[in-house]
Amino acid sequence: MARRALPILKQLSHRPTLGSFLPKPDPNTRSVTYMPRPGDGTPRCVTLIPGDGIGPLVTNAVEQVMEAMHAPVFFERYDVHGDMSRVPPEVMDSIRKNKVCIKGGLKTPVGGGVSSLNMQLRKELDLYASLVNCFNLPGLPTRHENVDIVVIRENTEGEYAGLEHEVVPGVVESLKVITKFCSERIAKYAFEYAYLNNRKKVTAVHKANIMKLADGLFLESCREVATKYPSIKYNEIIVDNCCMQLVSKPEQFDVMVTPNLYGNLIANTAAGIAGGTGVMPGGNVGADHAVFEQGASAGNVGSEKLWGQKTANPVALLLSSAMMLRHLQFPSFADRLETSVKRVISDGKYRTKDLGGVSTTQEVVDAVISNLD
Amino acid sequence: MARRTIPILRHLLTKPRPGVTAQTRSVTYMPRPGDGAPRAVTLIPGDGIGPLVTNAVEQVMEAMHAPVYFEKYEVTGDMPRVPEEVIESIRKNKVCLKGGLATPMGGGVNSLNMQLRRDLDLYASLVNCFNLRGLQTKHDNVDIVVIRENTEGEYSGLEHEVIPGVVESLKVITKFCSERIARYAFEYAYLNNRKKVTAVHKANIMKLADGLFLESCREVATNYPGITYNEVIVDNCCMQLVARPEQFDVMVTPNLYGNLVANTAAGIAGGTGVMPGGNVGADHAIFEQGASAGNVGNQKILDQKKANPVALLLSSAMMLRHLQFPSFSDRLENAVERVILEGKFRTKDLGGHSTTQEVVDAVIAALD
Repeated sequence: MARRALPILKQLSHRPTLGSFLPKPDPNTRSVTYMPRPGDGTPRCVTLIPGDGIGPLVTNAVEQVMEAMHAPVFFERYDVHGDMSRVPPEVMDSIRKNKVCIKGGLKTPVGGGVSSLNMQLRKELDLYASLVNCFNLPGLPTRHENVDIVVIRENTEGEYAGLEHEVVPGVVESLKVITKFCSERIAKYAFEYAYLNNRKKVTAVHKANIMKLADGLFLESCREVATKYPSIKYNEIIVDNCCMQLVSKPEQFDVMVTPNLYGNLIANTAAGIAGGTGVMPGGNVGADHAVFEQGASAGNVGSEKLWGQKTANPVALLLSSAMMLRHLQFPSFADRLETSVKRVISDGKYRTKDLGGVSTTQEVVDAVISNLD
Repeated sequence: MARRTIPILRHLLTKPRPGVTAQTRSVTYMPRPGDGAPRAVTLIPGDGIGPLVTNAVEQVMEAMHAPVYFEKYEVTGDMPRVPEEVIESIRKNKVCLKGGLATPMGGGVNSLNMQLRRDLDLYASLVNCFNLRGLQTKHDNVDIVVIRENTEGEYSGLEHEVIPGVVESLKVITKFCSERIARYAFEYAYLNNRKKVTAVHKANIMKLADGLFLESCREVATNYPGITYNEVIVDNCCMQLVARPEQFDVMVTPNLYGNLVANTAAGIAGGTGVMPGGNVGADHAIFEQGASAGNVGNQKILDQKKANPVALLLSSAMMLRHLQFPSFSDRLENAVERVILEGKFRTKDLGGHSTTQEVVDAVIAALD
């Protein structure tokens, strides 16, 4: 009997959980009780801007998945290209009416004095907070584990104010503007985000040892807001040290609040260590409107080869559209979409080139649709 | 060696491994600025065990620093009407949490629970009956949502004595109410990814009344081709519930059948002490213990303070989700689930012997 018992014991002690005897709950799904108001199921209208480059490919992916889920959203599509001088007013009116927009990237020409249309959208709708959630997707191997960082970046001022002028030929001044008003509201948003989402720590990223007044004002505002949230830890980190810490010990970061330029770089770095900009969801939000797009590198519309072969990664925009569904208060559809995308990534069969696979966008979309429950 | 392996085997097979905890989830959510502003919620402690369990909810909300604050109003079941300021408060806040109000038997005094539902037109009552992990019941795979019409039917309260010794009680079914409850049920199924809606009726006997109810359900069903719709007669339904409950998903019922089906479903899945529920209308929502909301317990439970707070805690988690605070709601549900799963702190109706306060302390300690 001992001879037979020993292998059984060995097998039992190697089993990962006792739950193998019980029906194991799929870690990706959850059962919650929710009591909607009557009328909560009425379809919502969302503005859709396909954009340039890989934009139309990935926004089409979102449209297909929404259709397959019978999600209560319908899209109003508008064509906007990065080389237009302004975003057309009917697009702005549509976003003002619908309050929610989802967009692919708009390509900003380098130099030439043409303002970025991405920036113009954010300024005109006063979408002052940009949010990127960088986290490890289960099944996707990366060099860093335990990454779950939310970068909240001030979107309207700072180094990207677009105020440049040529003093004399050969000398150009670029103004970085920091105001108390904007710093305070981004700090308030970051702490409120941490409070609402059970996050434990907010880190302010700055370079106040050099830019003493500008980043000093930013830090002051963050410190003031921090006193109102005593249960959330607050600390500050200089941006160069931050970049180094991000690539060596990213698990120390939770929510990060940053001015415009640092946020751009930190968000892209964090996205890169956790799996790449092709998979991180994100969006821009203001008091009245929200625009969802690929989390980091929203202005990166891919190369000619990517569009030609149609191998762009739709995961980022799919996860952003799940955020959008949650924003529109359709949590069950958001859960289904996120679960399905996570299953596809964790299966590993359909992955685009940036994740190490060979699939096309359409194959990934089909896999997501067939994994919906 | 056999003598030594058997206890090890028993140990491995019965003790839950410490790694098995309630499932948590990570979601990405982008709140609007100002979403964290605290909300006012009307609180009615009620009678009997009501104050005990609503106090439990207050303690847990405090511990979580949830962005809700309560406006408390004393209402007892023997008042003739719900006081005007309470109704005003609910109209202002739009959301209310209450313990039970005891309805005296006979005597011509209307139930205050019913009066609240009628005055605020909370026409849908929702109870979610599901197996809690770690709680042994005779039925597994139960996950039923009972959506019950709350304002008419047999509970209209229209009774009169025709002649001494003969009483008529009117059951009123209208197309308007049947249609809106059917619409709510299908919309619920659509929004929550449920696959089937079952209408419960007795139209073979009450051909016109329940027939009208069924007609409305069938009309609404044609608008939702992705959801399976079927009908079951209420007596067969009760039998199926206790024999094979896994066949039911969402059930839509008129008033009386819903009351009985909800209590039966709650009973098979763990008891009325743990099922969350609420009442909702176009403008307001009242959250209370899912089934048997009028049951305020007996004197012994009151004295020993052993009422089960789980039902009202899970209902308050539903309330947090209704107020759009999903993260707090998740934390609360996970904490409660962990406490039930561990099994150390359970009140008498679940087979343990803890007091209400011990369960509340365990939930607070399990919050993350």
